[in-house]
Amino acid sequence: MGRYLIQRFGSMVVSLFFIVTITFILMQLAPGGPFASEKKIPPEIEQQMNEKYGLNDPLHIQYFNYLKDVAQWDFGPSFKYTGQSVNDIINRSFEYSLLLGLESIFLALSIGVFLGVIAALRHNTSVDYTAMVIAVLGISVPNFILAAALQYFFAMKLGVLPVARFDSFLHTILPAVALATTPMAFIARLMRSSMLDVLNSDYIKTAKAKGLNERVVTYRHALRNAIMPVVSYLGPLVVAILTGSFVIEEIFDIPGLGAEFVNSVTNRDYTVIMGTTVFFSALLLVSILLVDLLYTLIDPRIKFGKEGGKS
Amino acid sequence: MSQPELNRAELEQSDFEPLVRDEAEAEKISGESTSYWQDAWRRFKKNKLALFGMGVIVFLGIMSFLGGPISGYDYYTNDYMVTNKAPSLEHWFGTDPLGRDIFARTWYGAKISLFIGIMAALIDVIIGVIWGAIAGYFGGRTDEIMMRIADILYSVPYLLVVILLMVILPQGLWTLILAMTFTGWINMARIVRGQVMQLRSEEYVLAARTLGANSNRIMFRHLVPNTLGPILVTLTLTIPNAIFTEAFLSYLGLGVQAPLASWGTMTSEAISALQYYPFQLFFPAFFICLTMLAFNVIGDGMRDALDPKARK
Amino acid sequence: MKKVLEVKDLNVFFDTYKAEVQAVRGVSFDLHEKETLAIVGESGSGKSVTSQSIMKLIPMPPGKFAGGSIKFNGEELIDKSERQMEDIRGKEISMIFQDPMTSLNPTMTVGKQIAESLIKHQNMSKAQARKRGLELLELVGIPNPEARIDQYPHEYSGGMRQRGMIAIALACNPKVLIADEPTTALDVTIQAQILDLMRDLQDKVNTSIILITHDLGVVANAAHRVAVMYGGKIIETGTVDEIFYNPTHPYTWGLLGSMPDLEGDSDEELQAIPGTPPDLADPPKGCPFAARCPYAMKVCENHMPDYFELSDTQKSACWLLDERSPKVEPPESAKVGGSKRDEQ
Repeated sequence: MGRYLIQRFGSMVVSLFFIVTITFILMQLAPGGPFASEKKIPPEIEQQMNEKYGLNDPLHIQYFNYLKDVAQWDFGPSFKYTGQSVNDIINRSFEYSLLLGLESIFLALSIGVFLGVIAALRHNTSVDYTAMVIAVLGISVPNFILAAALQYFFAMKLGVLPVARFDSFLHTILPAVALATTPMAFIARLMRSSMLDVLNSDYIKTAKAKGLNERVVTYRHALRNAIMPVVSYLGPLVVAILTGSFVIEEIFDIPGLGAEFVNSVTNRDYTVIMGTTVFFSALLLVSILLVDLLYTLIDPRIKFGKEGGKS
Repeated sequence: MSQPELNRAELEQSDFEPLVRDEAEAEKISGESTSYWQDAWRRFKKNKLALFGMGVIVFLGIMSFLGGPISGYDYYTNDYMVTNKAPSLEHWFGTDPLGRDIFARTWYGAKISLFIGIMAALIDVIIGVIWGAIAGYFGGRTDEIMMRIADILYSVPYLLVVILLMVILPQGLWTLILAMTFTGWINMARIVRGQVMQLRSEEYVLAARTLGANSNRIMFRHLVPNTLGPILVTLTLTIPNAIFTEAFLSYLGLGVQAPLASWGTMTSEAISALQYYPFQLFFPAFFICLTMLAFNVIGDGMRDALDPKARK
Repeated sequence: MKKVLEVKDLNVFFDTYKAEVQAVRGVSFDLHEKETLAIVGESGSGKSVTSQSIMKLIPMPPGKFAGGSIKFNGEELIDKSERQMEDIRGKEISMIFQDPMTSLNPTMTVGKQIAESLIKHQNMSKAQARKRGLELLELVGIPNPEARIDQYPHEYSGGMRQRGMIAIALACNPKVLIADEPTTALDVTIQAQILDLMRDLQDKVNTSIILITHDLGVVANAAHRVAVMYGGKIIETGTVDEIFYNPTHPYTWGLLGSMPDLEGDSDEELQAIPGTPPDLADPPKGCPFAARCPYAMKVCENHMPDYFELSDTQKSACWLLDERSPKVEPPESAKVGGSKRDEQ
């Protein structure tokens, strides 16, 4: 266990190193980037940047300076806003995104799994067809369009929910739904096909041949096996929620990290772009590690990254 | 099923003469035999939803060329006399804040969005198939290095990569497509590699090799055609993804730039005026959803039709 | 001997998107107490559908009963509700499947999988079920049951998994055990062990067994009576001796001819049966084997023969047995050599 974790942690650090390097190179290539020689930025920031990264030093020195700071979780000063560091921006905005993200993940998982299971249990009935129509619509409607439509109908026309901001639970409902719908639809389809596979498997026949009733067969035997692909989808789910937050936070005017990122892109606030990119990547790597650990808890065949048996 | 009662005595002696039959008859496979693609097509045709999707795409394709001329307007001329007009006989889909005809813009946007979506998906397929086929066919060291590169590129979220690239690239139609395909091909490469690895150990490849066919020939004459099914399905499902990505980027202001119009830019402009002119959002949004839906149902239909497991 | 199970004129059809597949067409047989009946046939002959119909494990739809009756201890199973069937499955009739790799739940310990039916049918507590589970594992010859009972199926070898399956199936001392190709997926040495185990346990727990197989070698080892299925019908049935030494149906000859005979003459060749089984979506009007039968007559194409009773126990559905047909001797390849006789 300990060795496995160390190994995983090592490969995480390597991945992050690549990501930091790639972002550094990309920003280097950017016209008017933070490390380019010609730029139009306030003199205070230029001075700050100079102190921090030594803008007149050769490129590789700048790179090592940046790398060293990132290793200490220091992403440097904002490129646009005087007196603000990238860490400040991340610290103040991340909690909004985290709350919204967790709520969306919960929605996507619970509704998606539920729809998938009932569709599989009622295979080829109207329940199945309805669930799958909902799923294919969920996949086909882009999240920002759904967000706008929800905002228009529930907030502007009906006035039952707040239009924007992030002040109470009611404020979170529309953005969370908009963010959760597409991954929810994927999960529903995944769960349905996995459940259908499991329901046709031999061990379900064995369970039925024991005289267990359908409910017990479904919940005790089928569900736990069928949920595995959904667990492996948790990584992509986090990605979907994360990138979805770029537009959703913008539309609902939520001061989260996604909105900050989009802002930094529009403003060409390069240090913030770099910092948030590295932060997002780290977040993603950690969640993938958590998913893998979760997997070993659910599937007895997998012991810390090693396949324990065949089949 | 039990036969109607038969009185044995009713049978004639002549019934007991040996049955004369064609020798080949016994070896013939009973039941209708159809080729894989014929069978797949027959199953696809039964899928009403997929056929509907095909119809939608054909209709959108035609309208993207005829839409502008039909309306009598072009997509870029501002007309400050008719800004923000609701749909009417003059302007079927209304006008935008600059007085441009939304009907004409919608079909022009269709052209751009479909072009980007299909182009990006095609480039993904080309790179992905070549990369995946080489890695899967040669295996070993080559495979390991090629797939490791793909893995590293894949570990950064797709949209994040595209956004970062668009920050540094000059904005334009082709740079957009370039950014979208920069890591977009990886998924296809993985699928093709998996298929090729599985197929290359099969007998007919061995047979071809024994007969002296060289690697290129084996790879492109034997392996690629057999991976065509999964490739087609992935291609079809990549297109709606690409259309979504374009709209997403345009929404963030990183996509197609004025005067070009895509459904994404139209949506983006309309969302800011949503409260007052919802119809401006409705038309581009509706067509994005319809197109994505159409490609998704076609892709699903093809997957169901091509999946041999469904042949039962 | 008492009849435990009576199957009469059973028809099971499946609706597929192409057509209605008539998988089982008028199958009748009896199973007596403490007897092993082997149902033999190639894949697609309807043998597995027949066995799963007895448990009513055929998914309906697409499957459906199209007539016939299945009587267990005199009670009609076809009329029973799902709830009533739950009390029969696992308790009165239980089943072993072909592939032990896939027939155990991978995410549940073997002990729990055994305990389930004990708790359900015998109202045992968890502790009692565990104790009985240990006994059962011991009974089926799993070494060190104390450690094995809490393991997951992937920690078992193939042969052990099949032993585990047998423990599950026999947990409640069922009257009938249906074994669907129980040894097909196993190594040859393990096959013999599993067959021995089943025979042993049959004596200990007084169970009747329906053994589904395509392997006549297994039949010779384990069964008392044989029913040969082809194209959804039983085309010949008899005791093991009758089927091996006096087969009358050309399909049975073909099966015997395709069986390797280790001690037979070295110049004897294995005979494959040419052709493929009939398409049961459009079953032939006459004998299903006519299209592949080297002795087929005009009558065979048009009329399915009734059974010709050859003895109290042997019946065969072949027109060759009619006195008007030409006399045909079974081919050399279908004659069973000394080795099989010794095994009896």
